[in-house]
Parts: sequence; structure tokens; C-alpha cells
Amino acid sequence: MDLNFTPEEEAFRAEVQAFLKDKLPPRIANKVKAGQRLSKADQDEWHAILHARGWYANHWPQEWGGPGWSAVQKFIFDNECALAGGPRIVPFGVNMLGPVLIKYGNEAQKRYWLPRILSGEDWWCQGYSEPGAGSDLASVKTTAVRQGDHYIVNGQKTWTTQGQHADMIFCLVRTDRDAKPQEGISFLLVDMKSPGVELRPIRTLDGDREVNEVFFTDVKVPAENLVGEENKGWTCAKYLLTYERTGIAGVGFSVAALEKLKVAANKVHRNGRPLTQDPLFAARMAKVEIDLENMKTTNLRVIAAVAGGGVPGAESSMLKIRGTEIRQEILSLIRRAMGPYALPFIEAAQYEGYSDAPVGPKEAATAAANYFNYRKLSIFGGSNEIQKNIISKMILGL
Amino acid sequence: MNFEHTEDRRMLADTLNRFVAEQYGIEFRNHKAYGEQGYAPERWQQFAELGAIGALFPEEVGGFGGAGFDIAVVFECLGRGLVTEPFLGALMVGRALAFAGTDAQKARVAELIDGSTIAALAHDEPENHYELERVATRAERQGDGWVISGRKAVVLHGTHAQLLLVSARTSGAVDSAEGLSLFLVPGDVPGLQRRACGRMDGGSVAELTLEQVRVGADALLGTEGQGLPVLEHAVGYGVLALCAESLGAMDVAKQSTLEYLQTRKQFGKVIGSFQALQHRMADLLLEVEQARSAVINAAAAIDADRLSRERSLSAVKYTIGRIGTMVAEESIQLHGGIGMTWELPLSHYAKRLVMIDHQLGDEDHHLARYMALASED
Repeated sequence: MDLNFTPEEEAFRAEVQAFLKDKLPPRIANKVKAGQRLSKADQDEWHAILHARGWYANHWPQEWGGPGWSAVQKFIFDNECALAGGPRIVPFGVNMLGPVLIKYGNEAQKRYWLPRILSGEDWWCQGYSEPGAGSDLASVKTTAVRQGDHYIVNGQKTWTTQGQHADMIFCLVRTDRDAKPQEGISFLLVDMKSPGVELRPIRTLDGDREVNEVFFTDVKVPAENLVGEENKGWTCAKYLLTYERTGIAGVGFSVAALEKLKVAANKVHRNGRPLTQDPLFAARMAKVEIDLENMKTTNLRVIAAVAGGGVPGAESSMLKIRGTEIRQEILSLIRRAMGPYALPFIEAAQYEGYSDAPVGPKEAATAAANYFNYRKLSIFGGSNEIQKNIISKMILGL
Repeated sequence: MNFEHTEDRRMLADTLNRFVAEQYGIEFRNHKAYGEQGYAPERWQQFAELGAIGALFPEEVGGFGGAGFDIAVVFECLGRGLVTEPFLGALMVGRALAFAGTDAQKARVAELIDGSTIAALAHDEPENHYELERVATRAERQGDGWVISGRKAVVLHGTHAQLLLVSARTSGAVDSAEGLSLFLVPGDVPGLQRRACGRMDGGSVAELTLEQVRVGADALLGTEGQGLPVLEHAVGYGVLALCAESLGAMDVAKQSTLEYLQTRKQFGKVIGSFQALQHRMADLLLEVEQARSAVINAAAAIDADRLSRERSLSAVKYTIGRIGTMVAEESIQLHGGIGMTWELPLSHYAKRLVMIDHQLGDEDHHLARYMALASED
């Protein structure tokens, strides 16, 4: 048993740290640390910086432009980025579609789409969930009917994160209505500018507009945009949902958030001493810190299993459940630490460039909004209840 | 033993629930609550006419209720509708006037009851984090009157209140129980700056800066330096009211979640047929009933001796803080994505439930206070 990284891995960490110090724009890092909302331009800028270093598509094999990292290296990279205030890489193109194309796409599709993902030319979004197909994803009803060299797509997708920025959407569509639910699904790439595609923003409880509904009315899609075989799209869907989930615990984000919590709790006083010395609040902080420390090791154990040639399957469900709970608890504590100052809400303070005096401690501006926004962590990407079903079936055999 | 409300209270609840259902729908509410003023002045007048404010006060000051259960009934109805009108300020300031005021000061409760004066308690400060004793704002005698300087934080309806009850230190250290005084300050007094801000859960607050604000001798409420018991008395009513409000909001969130479990289908059946979710819902029901009992305990204890009263109040605020947050989080989670949307009324109930824990002392504050009060016994 050795819990330490190897000297090579430590050297890699130092390399990542030096890169971040040199290349991560402080403007962007400050926004991330303040919990402010990022623009498309911010994310494009960060992606381009990573791409220039060859680190953007860090889940891809080298032949398609990936850096060829091990699972441990990816873990180190994700953590260092999060600690430095690097934005989360928008996953839809590079981390979701990319691996699917590499595994199931034909040669022409790989040659055409992969470089455009890397360069940022195409911004992708995800067309999976529908109003009637959430946890039960296989019940998607959006249809694609083959007509000559096209498909005609009709239906509705929802919870499409950052769809308002997207050029393209990858969709699960039903191509055989008579087959069993999981057998009549195909994986189709649709241009968001096609006639008949309409996007409507969904406002979330914190006032943000990052998710959307996407409507398809007789949308013509070239048949060459089918990935994999017709009616075999569920294979792609499942692959995408389980691919490289070793980073799903978001340990780096939790470590960064815990630091922010400590700073905030040190500033706020209760009964004449900082909250970090308040017995009840300090106990709350200690508990989540212990959980996080345990989660780090759980995460590394899963990674080590993968490195030994295994595939992260149901184990990633453990990381998803406990990892998101820890992140949510830390955000909850930041909100609690603000006391009455969690109440005031200034929309403009959620964005860069807000220059009026803050109301209360500066962490208060986004504390409640972030807490509410991140309730989504335990819902999206397969709700935590669905993850528990997976553990029950796949690990426990129940 | 009888846990039924009196017929008068049941009638009041029916009237208010009907009014809220008919005149205070969620779209109207959100339009006003997230709008410029954060409330609807015309609804405030209507609430006054219905007797909703008068029910918070005893007959001696012109009301027709004022018992703990009157207050609980009114605020539970308000919680069902996520009402943002300035009830809490009226209750706390009015009860302080009734408790410690001169005859002339007590007479002002009538203005609160008829809705013509909006009142706000201006006690919290940037550094006091729910503590009642910790007040840095200072008041000094000058001639016949007083000069007040300091800052007040997160004052509900602070921008449009015509009557502010301001806590200020007339002597003693910043956290001393002695030396605290309370002053009645007009909202338009020279030297008072008010910065308005919207609230996460709808409604409005203000940051107040008092610079050499001059008030007359008649502005002092109660005895100089002996303001803490009066403040505790007033805030106690506020705690009961917030807890009852939370209970009303919890009931709506619970009902909405139950209906969703009964209608939302996945995997070919309603999701309420899954045992894992059934047990979550059962826990939710159990906790809401525990919260209801805590509110009943506090409403019954509000006129008891100080220690019994204050322990019940801290018990209920701790309970409501914990359970309100749990109900909010579970309701969102059991709804899934739709529970995160602005369009669904539930999300606004969830925000209110969590934010109630940030008013007049959170879970931890009241748990610690409960323990401290126990050691005074």
C-alpha cells in the first residue's frame, strides 16, 4: 500500500501547476472563484489555451490529438485546474461526443468533426433528456424517419445545457417505433441552424438561463450524420454516460470550495469569534472535510483499479453520489456562513464587472444563488437515485 | 386535550386562505415579489381590511387576537402563499410598542393594524450574525433628544418603512446585555440613508446607514439601557411567526411533491410506486408533522415565563431551520430537473424555506441558545 503519487506523477503535477500559473487568465480564475457566471467567450478562451498546449482533449487517444494521459494524470490535472480557479471544461463536445465518435464514428466523421471540436469551431450541446424521458432515458420519443439521404426529425429535447451557444446538438432519436425501447434508438448529429430547430431558454430558480428546451419540427438531417448503426444508438448513449467517469466526484472543485468556505468562515464572527472557532459551525466544517478526504482516497482507489486494466463501471456511481453530496454540503455551508447576508440578491453581481459595493461579505453575492444552482448536481448526469439503482444491480447483484 | 383551533381562528384561516388563493396567485406573487418594491401595497391594504394584521395584537392596543395561536394561524396562511407584505415588521415593532411603549407610543399600533404605516425592525448589523446583544450602533443624548449613528443590515422592507425600530447602544461594551436602547425612527428622518436590494426568495431588504440621526426624547421605547428584554420579546414573536410561515410553505411543497410522485411516469409507472421514493416521502411527512408540533409548542409557550418561552422558541426555530431546508432539498430532488425551474411554483417555496433559516437566527444559533438557556435553569 502506497498512497503517494510517483515521482513522475509529482513532476507532472508541477508541470500542470506551472502551466496554470503562466496561462490561466486571472480574470477568468477570479470569476470562477467568485462563483460568477461564465460567458461563452470565457469558455472559448480557456479551451483555446488548453488546446494550444495539447491538453484540451485530455480523454482522447494521442492519434486524435489527446495527450495520452493515464487516469492518474487526468485526476491530477482536473484537481490542479479546479484549485487554481480553472473553469470546468464544457464537456459536451470534447468529453462526451468526442469519445463516442472515436469509438463508433466512421472515418469520415472522425476526420470532419474531431478537429472542429478541438479548434472550437463547433460548440456542441446534448440532446438526451425529453419531458417524458428523464431518468428513464430509453423512453425517448423524438423520431427520425429516413427519407432518401436524409432523416426527418420531430420531437422535443430538454435540459439542454448551454444550448444557446451551440452550433450542433447530438441527439438520441427513435428510428424504430416497434422495437423494444432500447433497441430502436439512433445517435444523430443535428445542425442547430437547420430550419425547424427552435430553442427556448428555461429559467432556473436562481434566475440563470443556462438550460434550454429544443424543439424539432420536420428538421432535415443528412443521413451521414448518423453515428454508428441505425437502431444501435443506445450503445453510444450508454458508452457516453459511463465513459471516463473517474473525475465525476469533482474532488478538486470541492477542495477549492472548502478553501473558499474557510476564508469566508474566518471573516464572519459569531459570539465574538470567527465561525471557524464556533463549536457547531466548526463541527459542520470538520465533518465535510473528513468526508472529502475519504472521498479523495475512494476516488484514487477507483482510478488505481482502472490503471490496473479495469474499467470504471458501477464504481463511478459511488463517486457521483458522494462527490456531489460533498460539493452540495460545502456550498450549503458557505450559504450558512453568510448569515442574514444570504438573503440579498443582486442579479448583476452574478456577472463580471459588477462594481457597486457588495452587500455584506463579498462571498455573499453568489452564496445563495450558487447553493440553489448546484442542487442540479444530484439530479443531472443520472440522478443520485439512478446511481443507487446501478450500485444495487451491478455491484450488489440485488 | 384539544388540538383544534377555535372557531374564530378557523374562520380567520379560511378567509385568509381563500384570499391568498384567489388574489395572491404565484404569478402575481412573483411579479410583485421580484419587482421593484418587493410587495404589493394594494394587497397589504386588503390584508389589513381582512383583519390579518389586527389578529396579531391584543385588544388593549386595538387588535382582536394576539395570542400565540392567532399569530401562528395568520403566518401559516401567509406561508402558503409566499406572501411578502410587511407582516413580520408590523408584528415585531407592534409587539415591542405594546410591551414597552408609553400610552402615546402604544397608540401607534393602530396605524400598523390599519396598514397605513409600514414598520421595520432595524436590529441586525454587519457584524452581529443573529446576536441580540451585539450592537455597535450608538445613540447619545443631545439636549432633549438623541443622536444615533451606525449601520443596520438586511432590514426587511427597510426602504419603504415609515417607522423603524432601531436598536442602539447607549452604554456598555458592544456585546453587553446592558446598555441597549430602542428608538422609534421615522423612515424619512434626515441623516438616514437606505440602500434597497432584492431578496433571493423575493421581497426586499435595505442596508441602513445612520449618520447623526436626530430624534426627540419621545423616540426612546422603554427604559434607557434596558432594551434587550424588549427586543427579545419582539423577536420572539417574529421567530414564532417565521416558523408558522415555514410550516405553511412546507405543506405546499410537500403536497406539490406528493402530486408529482403520483403523476410523473418513468419506466412505465408512476414514480411514486418506487419504494425508495415512497420512503423519502414518508420521511418528509414525518418531519413536517414534527415541525407542526414544534410550532404548536412555541405558540402555547409564548406567554409563559421567560425561560420556558425562550427555550420553546429556540427549539422551534432550530427544528424549522433543519426541517425547512430538508423539505426544500428533498422536494427539489424528488421533482428532478423540473424542481429547479423558475416556472414551477415549488422552486420559490424551496427558496423561501431555506431563507427562513437566515432570519432571526439559524439552526446553529438556536441550538446553541437552547443549550445556553438550559444551563440558566
